[in-house]
Order: sequence, then C-alpha cells, then structure tokens
Amino acid sequence: MASTLLPFILLLPFVGFLLNGLLGKKIGSEKAIGTIGTAVVALPFVFAVVLFFEMLGAPPEGRTMHVTLLSWIAAGDFSVDFAYQLDQLSMIFLLIVTGVGSLIHLYSIGYMHGDRGFFRFFSYLNLFIFMMLNLVLADNFLVTFLGWEGVGLCSFLLIGFWYDREFEGTAIKWTGDAAKKAFVMNRIGDLGMLIGMFILFSQFGTLKYAEIASGLPGSMSAEMMTIATLCLFLGACGKSAQIPLSVWLPDAMAGPTPVSALIHAATMVTAGIFLVARNAALFSMSHTTMAIVAGVAVTTALIAATVGLVQNDIKKVLAYSTVSQLGFMFVALGVGAWTAAVFHVMTHAFFKALLFLGSGSVIHGMHEEQDMQKMGGLKKYMPQTYKTYVIGSLAIAGVIPFSGFFSKDEILASAFANGNAILWGVGALAAFCTAFYIFRSVFLAFHGEERFDHTHVHPHESPATMTIPLWILAVLATVGGFLGLPIVLGEHVHVLHNWLEPVFAQASANMHGHHLSHTLEWILMGVSLSIAILGIFLAYRMYVKRPELSDRFAGSFKGLYKLLWNKWYVDEVYEEAVVKPVWKASKSVLLKGVDKGIIDGTLHGLAKLTGEASNLFRKIQTGIAQQYVLVFMIGILVVIGWLVFGGG
Amino acid sequence: MSEHDFLAIAPITTVAVFSLIVMLVDALVKKNTSLMQTLSVVGLLGGIGVAIWTLPKSLNGFNGLVAGGGMTNLFDILFCSAGILTVFLAKDYLERLGGHFNEFYTLLLMATSGAMLMAHATDFITLFVGVELMSICFYVLAGFLRRQVRSNEAAIKYFLLGAFASGFLLYGMALIYGTVGGTGYADVAANAATVEMPFIFWAGVALMIVGLAFKVAAFPFHQWAPDVYEGAPTVIAGFMSTAGKAAAFSAFIIFLNSVYGSGVEGTDRVQILLAVLAVGSMFIGNVTAIAQTNVKRMLAYSSVAHAGYMLIGLAAGSPDGSFGIIYYLIAYLFMQLGAFAIVGLLENEKGCNLTFDDYKGLSKRRPGLAMVMAIFMFSLTGIPPFAGFFGKYQLFKAAIGAEMTWLAICGVVASVISVWFYLGLVIAMFFRDSEEKQAEGGTLGGLSTAALAVAVVGTLVIGFLPQAIYDLLS
Repeated sequence: MASTLLPFILLLPFVGFLLNGLLGKKIGSEKAIGTIGTAVVALPFVFAVVLFFEMLGAPPEGRTMHVTLLSWIAAGDFSVDFAYQLDQLSMIFLLIVTGVGSLIHLYSIGYMHGDRGFFRFFSYLNLFIFMMLNLVLADNFLVTFLGWEGVGLCSFLLIGFWYDREFEGTAIKWTGDAAKKAFVMNRIGDLGMLIGMFILFSQFGTLKYAEIASGLPGSMSAEMMTIATLCLFLGACGKSAQIPLSVWLPDAMAGPTPVSALIHAATMVTAGIFLVARNAALFSMSHTTMAIVAGVAVTTALIAATVGLVQNDIKKVLAYSTVSQLGFMFVALGVGAWTAAVFHVMTHAFFKALLFLGSGSVIHGMHEEQDMQKMGGLKKYMPQTYKTYVIGSLAIAGVIPFSGFFSKDEILASAFANGNAILWGVGALAAFCTAFYIFRSVFLAFHGEERFDHTHVHPHESPATMTIPLWILAVLATVGGFLGLPIVLGEHVHVLHNWLEPVFAQASANMHGHHLSHTLEWILMGVSLSIAILGIFLAYRMYVKRPELSDRFAGSFKGLYKLLWNKWYVDEVYEEAVVKPVWKASKSVLLKGVDKGIIDGTLHGLAKLTGEASNLFRKIQTGIAQQYVLVFMIGILVVIGWLVFGGG
Repeated sequence: MSEHDFLAIAPITTVAVFSLIVMLVDALVKKNTSLMQTLSVVGLLGGIGVAIWTLPKSLNGFNGLVAGGGMTNLFDILFCSAGILTVFLAKDYLERLGGHFNEFYTLLLMATSGAMLMAHATDFITLFVGVELMSICFYVLAGFLRRQVRSNEAAIKYFLLGAFASGFLLYGMALIYGTVGGTGYADVAANAATVEMPFIFWAGVALMIVGLAFKVAAFPFHQWAPDVYEGAPTVIAGFMSTAGKAAAFSAFIIFLNSVYGSGVEGTDRVQILLAVLAVGSMFIGNVTAIAQTNVKRMLAYSSVAHAGYMLIGLAAGSPDGSFGIIYYLIAYLFMQLGAFAIVGLLENEKGCNLTFDDYKGLSKRRPGLAMVMAIFMFSLTGIPPFAGFFGKYQLFKAAIGAEMTWLAICGVVASVISVWFYLGLVIAMFFRDSEEKQAEGGTLGGLSTAALAVAVVGTLVIGFLPQAIYDLLS
C-alpha cells in the first residue's frame, strides 16, 4: 500500500503547484484555486491516515518502509535515488505537515480573499508542502537537502509575498528585505549542513540515513564526529532559528499570517529538530555536541521569551514565542529526550498554528492592524476567535490538561534528570515568561478598554473558512497532550513514547538515561504548573486589574526594559561584529584587491587574449574556397605524415 | 538473398521508398503541399517504427555489405527524428522566404536514407554510396533558396569542397582495399595486423579519417561549415549540422572500431591524432565563434566545437567513448535543431535579422521564444541540468577512462570559452534593449511550435533524467 500511496502523497501538492502556478491566472475564480490548493494537501492527509493505520497494524519492528520512486544520478559508486523512508518518525511529521497544512490552506481561502496574488499564494503554498514532504520523507541526506533548500525558497517567496509593502523590521524597511534576511541567514546554516554531509559521505561512503546509522561509529574519531554533528547542527540552527542564526524569524512575520502559521511556526522551522532527531544515533555519539545543543537551545529559549515580554505587535510576540519554543525542543534533543522533542513539535504545531491563525483572524477583523496597543476589548466582537485564542494560550502556557503542559513538562523533567538543575532552572524561567507574554497578548487584545479608532475600524468576526480551522486546531491543542501522559501514571500511558521507541532505540542506548523518582517527578510537575499559573496571574494583574502598573514597571526597571525592548542588542552586535567588518573587508580587500585586481585582471587579460585570437582566426576564414583547399591539403599532409611516419 | 538481407536495410528502404512516393505524388497531384508533408512524416515515422522493430535483432545482409539492429538502428531513429522536426519547421520557413518547392521533401528523405545507409554500412562501397547520396542531396538543399546569392554560394562551395573530400575518402578506401584485400570492415579487422606494406594501409586510414573529418566539420577541415551553414536555408543548416554530423560519426565509429579491433600496431597514433583534431576543433570552433556577429555563423562555428567534443569519444577508442558520442548526438539533436529553428523563425524575408544586435530585447518582444532559446543556449554551453551537460559528462568520463585526462581538461576549458558567446546571446536577448524597431520574422505556426516543443522537452528530459536515457541506451 505504501508504495502505491506514497507517490500520490508526494506528487499531489506538486501537481497543485503547477496547476495554480501555470493556469491560476486563467482559472481566475478564487473558489476553484482555493479548492484545488486545499484538496491537493487534504487528499495526501487522507492517504497518510490510511498509511498510518496500516503501519499501526504492523509489528513495531516491521513499520519502516522504503520506497524508491526513481533513480536520480548514478556515477561510479555514488548514487542518489529519489528514495523515501516512511517510519514512525516521518509518519508523525507527514501527518502534521499535511494535516495542519490542509487546515491552513482552508483558512487561507478566507484570509487571502481579494488579494491579486491569490493564485500565486496557493501555488507557493503547495510547492512548500511538496518540498517539506521531500524533506521529512527522504531516506537520504541529499533528498532531504533538496527539500531543505526548497522550503527555504518557498519561505523566501512567501515572506516577500507582498513585495511592494513597507515593513518595519529590525534594520530593514521592506518585506523584500525580510525575505532576503531569512534567505541569507539560512545560507549560513546550509553551508554547515553541506559540510556535515560531505564529512559523513567521506567517512561512510553513503548518504542514506539507515546505512550511516548502522555503520556507526565506523572509523570516525570522536573529534570528527563532533565536528560533523556540529556542522549539521549549524544547519538546524539556521532553519529552526536558534542563536546565533535566530534573527530572521521575527522579521519573517512580514509574510501573510497563514504563512507565519504554517511555515514559520508549525512545520518548516521544525525541520532542524527533524534533522537532529532523524540522526539521533549520530548525535548521541558526541557528548560535546549534545551539551552544546542543550546550551544554545536553553539560551535561545530564555532570550526569545524575555524579548516576547515587551513586544507590541501581536505577530512579533508569537514569533519570539516560536523561537523560544523551538529552543525548548532543542533542549530536549540536547539531553537525549528524543521523544519529548518530537512530542513538543507536535503539540506546538497545534497550539502555535492556532495562535497564529487566531492573530490572523484578529488582524483581518481589525483591518490589518497588528499593534496590540491599538486593540483591546475585542472579546465581544470576535467571540470565536477569542475562545480559541485563549485555548491556544492555555496550551502554550502549560496549564493542565492542555497539550502544552505535558510536552513542556516532559522536556523540563528530562532536562532535570539528564542535564542538570541549571538547565532546568533556566528552562523554567523561560516557561514563566512564556505564560506571562502570551496572556499579556490575550489581555491586551481582547480585554480592557477599546483603544482603537471607532470611526475607521469596525472589528468583526471572521468567516467560517477561518473559524472552522481555528476550532479544529483548538480541539487538537486541548487533547493532543494525552498522547504523551507522564510515565508516573503508568507504564504504557505514554503512547508516543512507545510508538517512537524503535526509531530512537539505538540513540537511547548511547545515552546514559537517568530516571527520576516518582515523588520528584510529581514535584516538578507541580512546580511547572504553578509557574504557568503565576505567569498568567501576574499578566492579569498588570494588564487587566491595574493597567498603569505596566508603565510603572517599565519605569522602575528602565535598564532591563530597554535591554528587552532592543532585543538584547543582538542585531546591534551583529551589525558591529559581523556586518561592518565583513563589509569593510569585502570592500577593501576582496573587492579592490582580489576581485578587481587578481581575478578580474587575470580574467580580463585572458578574455582579451581570446578575443584577439578570435579576430585572428576569423581573418583566416576568407571566404575564398581555394584557400580552404590549401588549408585542407596541409591538413592531409600532416595527418598522413603522422600516421605513416609518426611511429618512427 | 534472404529475409535477413531485407530486414537489415528495412528502415532505409522504408524512407527511400517514401522519397520516391513523394516525388511521384508531386508529379501527379496538384496543390499538394500538406499531402507531401504528411507523406514525408509518415515515411520517416515508418522508418522509426521499422528501426524499433528490428532493433533487438543483430542482422547482416548482402554478404557483409550492410548491418542492422542495435546501435545502427538507434542512429536510424536519430536521423528520422531530425527529419521529422525539419519537415515540421520547413513549411513556415520556406514559404516566408519564397522557396517552398515540393522537391524539398524528396531531397530531405533521400538525404535521410543516405545518412541511414552510412550508419548501416559495413563495407566501403556501401559507405561511399551512403555518403554521396546524403551529400549530393545536401548540395542541392544548401542552394535551395535559389534567388539568394548567399544560398547559391553556399551550394557551390559545399559542392566543390565536398567533392574534393569525397575524392580523398575514396582514395583512402582504395589504398586500404589494396592492402587488406577486401572492401569490408571485416576484412580490415581480420587482415590489418598482417598487411605487407603497413605504410600504405596507414595512408589509407589517414585519408579516410580526413574524409570523415570533413563531413563532421572537424578542424582543420571545417572551413566550409560556416560559409555553408550561413548561406543554406536555416532549417537545412540545422538538419545538416545534426543528422549530417551524426551520420558521419556513425560511420566514423564503425570504421575505427574495425581498425582498433584488428590488433594492428599503431592505433595509439590514431588516438593521438583524433585527440589533436578534437582539441583543435574545440578551440578553433569556440574561439572563432566569439568574433561572430551573425548568430547563424556563431552556431556554425560552435558546431565545429561540438564535433570536437564528440571526437574526444573517438579518441578514447572505448565502448564508453562510442556510447558518449551517441548520447551526445541525441542531446545535440534537440538543442542544435531547436536553436536553428528559432534562428529560422526570426529570420525575415530577405534572409536578414540574424545578428546579435537583432536579438537585443527579444525577451520583451517575444518572451516565449527568448526563453526557449535561452534553454538551448544553456544546454549547448553544457550547464546542468540541461541535456548538453550530461552529454559532455559522458564524453569527458570516457576520456578519463582512457587515461586521457588532459583531453577532458581541454574540453572543459573549451566549454568555458563557449560561455562567452552562448550567454552573450542570452544577455543580448534579456538584458539589452534594441535601438530600433526590428522586422520581426515569421509568426509561430502550429507545426513549428510542435517542433520547438519537442526540442525543448528533449533537452529538458535528457537533462533531468539522465539515468533514464542511460538505461534506455544500455
């Protein structure tokens, strides 16, 4: 079944891309375009569900399927096929990408209504799904890389979708600049990934995941292993917006909101987590890398969460929140809690997509207003949006029984058990900030006095194509956590853990896992719940009960506030430490010296020489047949001379 | 005579019979242009069908005069495909330039059957008949636009130099016959190692190589090509530079295999000679192409360079090399014919509108054509993922396999030089604006569109699915 359905799953979105991209203008009707665009993602989702049940019926060892669509390149010993691997891990990503993807496609029909680039939007979105499926279903690095670059391209196209609009970002003015920023940042990461792939290929002679994992450790030294995995992690940092490559994601909000939900929250940005999880066996060989991953991740989680505290743009809040949550996932990977990372990818896909779509609904209803300071009291105008947004917020804040509680708690508990208390402490602080900033956004947007201009803005609820996806996601964000109930409740209650166990068996054997006592686990759970409630409560005090408190707070902690407002000066540090020196070195040394002097000099010299030779040769060609015969004769004599006497 | 004899030449017979039918119908039926075209295409498709049918067989016919099946039939398919594309393109072009006579189709089919005979030949006599059948048709076709001086000049020049080359080819055959005692390739393979006067044998081989090098337009026997291609009707120039070249290469491969396979001493000298011819063709072709202002001439010089690339495969002297040549010829068929097709479309009634300046700003005036032309240019340059890249890849791989890495390096350098003019044309089309309003050449008819579409799809498919073509050929 897999070999028959998988090609359809992969190719349908591509067909949608071609149809909408090439014929979209001719089709014209938004209904038709939207239906095609959504169907080519929804159908694969249905197929994926069928495959999922088939996989469920198979014994755990027999759940991995390999499907080769066609052979791409074969050169000597090196061959790359369009080959795909469907196992428990890629199945989860497949379901998330197509499931959440189809909801967001459906939502976009309403959201993009009336946009002159309607067909362009859907064709890009379809292409994105195609590329993302290549990324997660690949059975080798190269096909993943193809998808990796493809989603990068789609991200670029969609961030800059409204290429003629101004956008207030950090050190940029246009949406196009934001797109470029994302693209360039990702290039840096991609270089790391490429180098990592080269190292692995030189060591193992293959790029297939399964073959590399089964060949471990091979002849690789520990240092080499660390270098290779760090290179891959750099790639993951680029795609998943971890420090130091994190600054592109907040500016990526220049794109339409469904894009932010699909690409910059639910799916593409989790590609880095997928890459590490897919190569868990490899990463688990290097404890240095694992420690660095955890360290980078927890720093990212905290910094991004604190910046989120002071943002006024509702989408920016969610963007920093995404960076922070991705940090949480990497923390889980760094301490070897593979399942917890994937679990959080899943729950995050639900609640963050929900929050983004909710914010989109707000923005839509407020006539493109994104500043929360100019909202307030929207609860009564947009009841559906409000309810679902609160559900999403409860989930991300980590309130029991919403999904975020279970996945976040598992990450923090694993950090405590396998990492150390500091890792847990920083993570917990970030979780506190999370609860605070998300409810700050709830209260600012939906509660309190109405701060918008009633003469121009008439808030209204969004159409059903937008609210239905909201409700579906809200249900998922509520119950999604039950797939991963804490082990303390029983041996087999963590469904996801049991499901993924075969995939991570090899990696887990390399880690020396510690188990917490049940008492400690209950305590940690209690602490994280209290943290969440404390954060919500403080936000309520500051933004509903006594709105003047927030200003006073900002006044008395001016230094801290300024630091957060300026995003820890990360961009400024970049400007001074990277951009300016690189710029200067490029201009004075590379441009004037190397490029214009050496390279251009040599090339222009060669070119001039060739050009002169060309003119000379042209003159030999006189057009007179007799002369041609002469050249011909000379040629004959030389050829005969060589063949007859050349041997000596 | 047996069934085998007829099966061996069945594809040729099909096309040849149709060339006669076309001639007869022309005499009997009035106002028959579309009928002629249909008949030509049917004949060529029939040739392809028969060639595919007999492909799996290994045939020898007429006491070793011809062979059939396998690689030979691949060449048949190649020639007939080129013929079909040319028929598709011919109507629009010839009508616009006022030279649409029905003899065109008869001649085209005869030239095609000549080319096929060259590929089937396993004997000097049949080879020579094939060469002459093809060449004489080409002489006439080159002068087909009889009101244009350039076309007449092309025909005369081609005829003079072609006759000259044929003379040497024939003389070479005679010398080899004198030493090995037979006119068949089998005789060469069997007796070459034991001939009494090797220098006469080698002189014969030298003259044969010269004759065939002339037909593929290789350095230093290439000088006719730019003049002839420029003057000949553009569709014919495209056909000559693809099918004509392919026919000569097919004969080249089979002849040299008999020499290489005979175990005669001194084949390394042949390899070196061919390598030198290859390098000369690549560099002279590409470097001279830079100075051209006329796109047709540029394509002519670049076709000299492409002959050079393919000579690399001959110099390698291995099955890989032959395979590389066939692979390259298939790729070359699509991209070169496609490029000539567009040149023909843009050419105006007086045979002008052919310079680089005329192509300036084409992307604004006719974006579709400019786009397609750019694909052909990229492919001809050898930029992946287009067909030309994988063709070159196979040839260079063969050179490295034959321990001639230096030859592959020369090929790469020559390719770099070719970027200058191929992309120069792309730059002219996309990034330059024309100063004056251009006469725009012809409209794109249905048949021309079909031919262009086939050429583009071919170029892309070979580029994107090299493995599939590879498996198909193997």
